[in-house]
Amino acid sequence: MQLLRRLKYHILIFFSVIGPGFITAMVDNDAGGIFTYSQAGAKYGYLPLWTLAPITLLLIVTQEMGSRMGAVTGKGLSDLIREEFGLRTTFLMMAVLVLANLTNVMANFAGIASALEMFHVSRFISVPIAAIGVWLLIVKGTYERVEKVFLFATALYVCYIFSGILVKPDWKEAAINSVKPVLMFDEGYLTMLIGMVGTSVAPWMQFYLQAAVVEKGITAKDYAESRIEVIVGCIAMSVIAFFIIVACAGAIHTVKPRDITDATDAAKGLAPFGQYAVLLFCAGLFNASIFAACIQPLSTAYTVCEGMGFESGVNKRFSEAPIFYWLFTLLIVIGAGVVLLPDFPLVKMILMSQVLNGALLPFVLIFMILLINKERLMKKWKNSTMFNVVGWLSVILMIGLTSALVLLSIRDIMSNH
Amino acid sequence: MAENILYLTELLGLKVYDLKRRVLGRVRDAALVPVVHPVRIERILLSGGGGYTWVSVRYDQIESITLDGIYLSDEHLIPYHEDEYVLRLVRDLLDQQIIDAQGRKVVRVTDITFDIRREALRDVLHVLEVDIGVRSVFRRLVQGVLPRRIVRKLQHYIPVNSIRWELCNILEPDPQRRLRLNIDLTLLEEMHPADLADIVEELSPEDREAIFEAIDTEAAAEALSEMEPDIQAQIIESLETEKAADILEEMDPDEAADVLSELGKETSEEILEEMEGEPKAEVEELLEYDDDTAGGMMNTAFVAVHEDGTVADALEALRRQQELADTLNTIFLTDLDERLKAALPVARVFLSRPTRKLSELVQDDVIKVPVKEKANRIIELFDKYNLLTLPVVDEEGRMAGVVTADDIISVLRQH
Repeated sequence: MQLLRRLKYHILIFFSVIGPGFITAMVDNDAGGIFTYSQAGAKYGYLPLWTLAPITLLLIVTQEMGSRMGAVTGKGLSDLIREEFGLRTTFLMMAVLVLANLTNVMANFAGIASALEMFHVSRFISVPIAAIGVWLLIVKGTYERVEKVFLFATALYVCYIFSGILVKPDWKEAAINSVKPVLMFDEGYLTMLIGMVGTSVAPWMQFYLQAAVVEKGITAKDYAESRIEVIVGCIAMSVIAFFIIVACAGAIHTVKPRDITDATDAAKGLAPFGQYAVLLFCAGLFNASIFAACIQPLSTAYTVCEGMGFESGVNKRFSEAPIFYWLFTLLIVIGAGVVLLPDFPLVKMILMSQVLNGALLPFVLIFMILLINKERLMKKWKNSTMFNVVGWLSVILMIGLTSALVLLSIRDIMSNH
Repeated sequence: MAENILYLTELLGLKVYDLKRRVLGRVRDAALVPVVHPVRIERILLSGGGGYTWVSVRYDQIESITLDGIYLSDEHLIPYHEDEYVLRLVRDLLDQQIIDAQGRKVVRVTDITFDIRREALRDVLHVLEVDIGVRSVFRRLVQGVLPRRIVRKLQHYIPVNSIRWELCNILEPDPQRRLRLNIDLTLLEEMHPADLADIVEELSPEDREAIFEAIDTEAAAEALSEMEPDIQAQIIESLETEKAADILEEMDPDEAADVLSELGKETSEEILEEMEGEPKAEVEELLEYDDDTAGGMMNTAFVAVHEDGTVADALEALRRQQELADTLNTIFLTDLDERLKAALPVARVFLSRPTRKLSELVQDDVIKVPVKEKANRIIELFDKYNLLTLPVVDEEGRMAGVVTADDIISVLRQH
């Protein structure tokens, strides 16, 4: 009886802290992520599935540190960087973050445009409406309400699971490849592996997650549940990625392996397996893109204003927090606007976002590890030696892989002019 | 801008010269000793040569301070060592959060402005204001890249955003240090509770705790009642049980009960144990009810008079309940068994002759609800009858408490 009651208590706490970690991990599958996974499946079939396990682990390690810092210090990552490393460091970091996130936002509005074009909706209608919708939701909504919308949006990722099932992939093959690492020294294959890892941990996520944990009022005491939430979220994210890869592997690779040029290209590939598979895939893409298009500008505005000491918050009036609102609005207006420009080099911009994300990530991760080891801030919750070893190894691995991704992206930008 | 202004970030890195105009070192920090002087920079800390040891310069050892350097009038410097009475501006303030007491918000310190004063043949620095705006951000970003004088000229185009030093409240998470620094908390205590609540909600849990440990119980209780339930619970949990109990005693019983019901069972029992007197009994009673029923929403503080009483009796009862005076708008008439019979607007009582019987003033049937009534129904009643106060009765029809319009607003906001 006692045990049952305790269990019930923990489940209750779990549901009260659910949100930040789950949402963050799911937004990880934004338009860029879906494209990367689709491409991996279309070109190499089931082979890349084994990378999902290490990716999940890397994601858990970095996300766990962010949420722990948020819960213990009650401060956002940009707050802590400002307080411990000064204004100039913070400013440089924020400047790169804004640029990187702007390109992320562009990619997601492009995702919205192409997903709805599959439903025969012109981008000149869908993108402006989406932009206004996003703006209104954030500016007129409260955190609790917005979080509910977001949690609902995470549920829509189920689309990909159905889409993957409809394609009737070779489950045995998929299962074997999920646990059997295959390394090929083929340039395209390596590039794809790096891309998959590179899109999984993005700098803005670390800022967003920690701020969301603080905003939610999670403290060191409820942290145990929060940690479970982060882990569950990361696993859920990988499950979705698994189904995207499987869908594309089953529908495109097994028929005729090829390069796809964007996520809707992947959706078209599903056509022989029925209209529903295509619709669900596009619905998933639309959901993921609009979801990320909400979170990224908002999180950027919060992060920058907190770090630089400007007023922020959707509960403040425009005149009280002008920089916050301008930044948020501009990110949406520019991010959505460029998608409507004819001949805008969108692919190049998305590659650019890989470069900026990749350039920023090492710094963010290094600052995080430095901060989380400060006894004054973290008290008994600072990293254990074991965790530090794992943390630094992850950081080094991420840095190595993202630098490789940066170089590859720069090469592509140069060659695609 | 006047030449007698100096910014903390300009002070940092300034060369310090001895009597023979040799460089002794560079400025690393400036310190105030609030118990000695609230605004005068008492010491400047230097690091000399390439060494790691710092020395400390007393304010009366300085002859002049300019943008080109600091010239000393006395070279007898002492090594710097940690001192608990000292507020070090770079370590403790720069880039940290402080409370702007007048703007009623939390701000981040980007720079600090000093006034250079000539006092008895020496230059003394007085802290003028804390800079928080874009101008100070710009200044800090370009400092060291452009010559100081050019930075000063350029920044003119950006509006100033700063707070007078007296209107800042410094937070010191370590409670022992805060007390020794003798930081004035009256500014916080005098704030409107809702403003203080807004501020506290923006702070980290550690800083919240620091404020609640320091301000007086009444101000703490008032501010706490204005906060979101989860933050209330967090704060109460972080405090010593005794302090938490004191604060809850000061709160309205219904709100105190709400806070306790947010806490874990063990913690809330511990705190309840520590509470005393009437508030304890009332809170215990209220804890019996579900949050979304009349019992959970109601307050047990109300004024009830026997139905045979006169206006004079009612006024006397009101006088005994001075604490309620701010929000009270209804007087309830009960029989000998405390069963609710009627309700009277306070204004009607006031406007009547003292000798009149209260029962003669009654005009409408009293609208009341049982303790188990659901919140939704209660909201409907408030809306339908334009109520300010709604009496709640137990199974025997005895007065149990009242739901007031502010309770309704809180419920509506949470939906």
